Amino acid sequence: MHPAPSIIAFSTFSGLGLGLLFWLGVDNTAPTGWVAFAFFAIAYILAVGGLISSTFHLGRPERAIKAFTQWQTSWLSREAWCAVAALVTMGLYGLFLVFFETQIAVLGWLGAFFSLLTVYTTSMIYAQLKTVPRWNTGLTSALFVSLSLAGGALLSGRVTVGLVLLLIAGAIQGIWWKTGDTRFKQSGTDLQTATGLGRMGQVRAFEPPHTGTNYLLNEMVYTVGRRHAQKLRMISLILMLVVPVVLLLLPYPHIFGLLAVLSHIAGVLVSRWLFFAEAEHVVGLYYGMR
Amino acid sequence: MTQLPEKTERKMGLVIDLDTCVGCHACVVSCKGWNTENYGAPLSDQDPYGADPSGTFLNRVHSYEVQPESGPAQLIHFPKSCLHCEDAPCVTVCPTGASYKRTEDGIVLVNEKDCIGCGLCAWACPYGARELDKAEGVMKKCTLCVDRIYNENLPEEDRVPACVRTCPSNARHFGDLGDPDSEVSQLVAERGGMDLMPEQGTKPVNKYLPPRPKDRLNEEIDILAPLLAPVAEEPKGFLGWLNKSLEKL
Repeated sequence: MHPAPSIIAFSTFSGLGLGLLFWLGVDNTAPTGWVAFAFFAIAYILAVGGLISSTFHLGRPERAIKAFTQWQTSWLSREAWCAVAALVTMGLYGLFLVFFETQIAVLGWLGAFFSLLTVYTTSMIYAQLKTVPRWNTGLTSALFVSLSLAGGALLSGRVTVGLVLLLIAGAIQGIWWKTGDTRFKQSGTDLQTATGLGRMGQVRAFEPPHTGTNYLLNEMVYTVGRRHAQKLRMISLILMLVVPVVLLLLPYPHIFGLLAVLSHIAGVLVSRWLFFAEAEHVVGLYYGMR
Repeated sequence: MTQLPEKTERKMGLVIDLDTCVGCHACVVSCKGWNTENYGAPLSDQDPYGADPSGTFLNRVHSYEVQPESGPAQLIHFPKSCLHCEDAPCVTVCPTGASYKRTEDGIVLVNEKDCIGCGLCAWACPYGARELDKAEGVMKKCTLCVDRIYNENLPEEDRVPACVRTCPSNARHFGDLGDPDSEVSQLVAERGGMDLMPEQGTKPVNKYLPPRPKDRLNEEIDILAPLLAPVAEEPKGFLGWLNKSLEKL
């Protein structure tokens, strides 16, 4: 699948921002005043910035508001609702913390719930697609939610919880990659079933319908960069997991904590790029490609 | 509405005969010709006369080589457009309700005024039936020529999809696949019509007729063959002289 920068930025940054909002929401001793303002500002810049960048890949962004209508069947529509619910609830919660130094715990818990639910709905947009076997698994949701929780814990300065969550997210990432490599084959879809000609013999794509490229090939048969996938996986895991864990174990939590966050974000960006670049859509079979 | 109807009154669709398709691409051209100036936004081309041409098409013809266990390989031309699936995954993922499946005839359509061009429906379709038009920013797909098949301004023989009307080898058939007595349903029953990617669970309405088995030349040799005298073994005359001279060299 084509790794659109707007989608990679969206899912990475809004995931982090919503993760931070989750931890702010469930915090029994939430910050107040200017400290709260700083935390909420970071969370909203990440979450809202990510959501805005997601509209850049739309063909008709001016009609984006219509995406709220089909929540009964569409995960994309559900994501829109959950994001608004999370941002409004946490906005109110933050307002009271910043300006009135009052914590309304119920709002916090509700906002934390919607924040996590938003990340889950994002993951389901991909996990629901049978056409992309690598994504079509519950592990995809586990990956998105665990990364969001770990990143949020890092951003909110939770060292112990952050360490544990980083290790969990790293483990899920490893399993997701390992099992993902065989999932296309396991899906049972190949050129024989795609053409229905398998019962006659071995099918080979002889000639594509056109000499140039098209939307389908650009969007869903993106093969550039898969060559370096193994190296990029290692780079991603080192940046996302190993470096932050080492930095968190050092003294001076503020300086090294910041570096840990930056390294983690870089690692998640690489991982998200691979999430798309490595994903193979079954339509590629019709073109003799994967 | 992106909720799929539980049942449609009719299941209008195409039956494509892979035995008789000659791969002429006439259906591709007539589809683009009709649909670029009728239903919805035109089907744009990018850099059509330049070095890197591309464009939006609702129907494309692939070609595949099939190698049977014995005998020569066969070339199969394979037209592919929207299959108007009963369980259309492209419809349910749509966030705006632009994609829908009609209750009266099962045709899957896009209301382009509601489409935000997110591309998720094209991701959900295993067949590559939907293409986002680059100029218009909305999703385009086969409409089964919904503006022809019920169009009383056209002569009756033209009230079929443009691809069906134009096919010179009669490899494309149009009709109600929900009615077991219809001509298309009988064709499917007779020829063993098949679904593409049945494991994806989309329940396509369009069916493909597999190529008929080919004649085999070399399976049985006449028992008298060894008794037949060879027609010419050694060249005579000028050719014989040439043959000998060349061998001596």
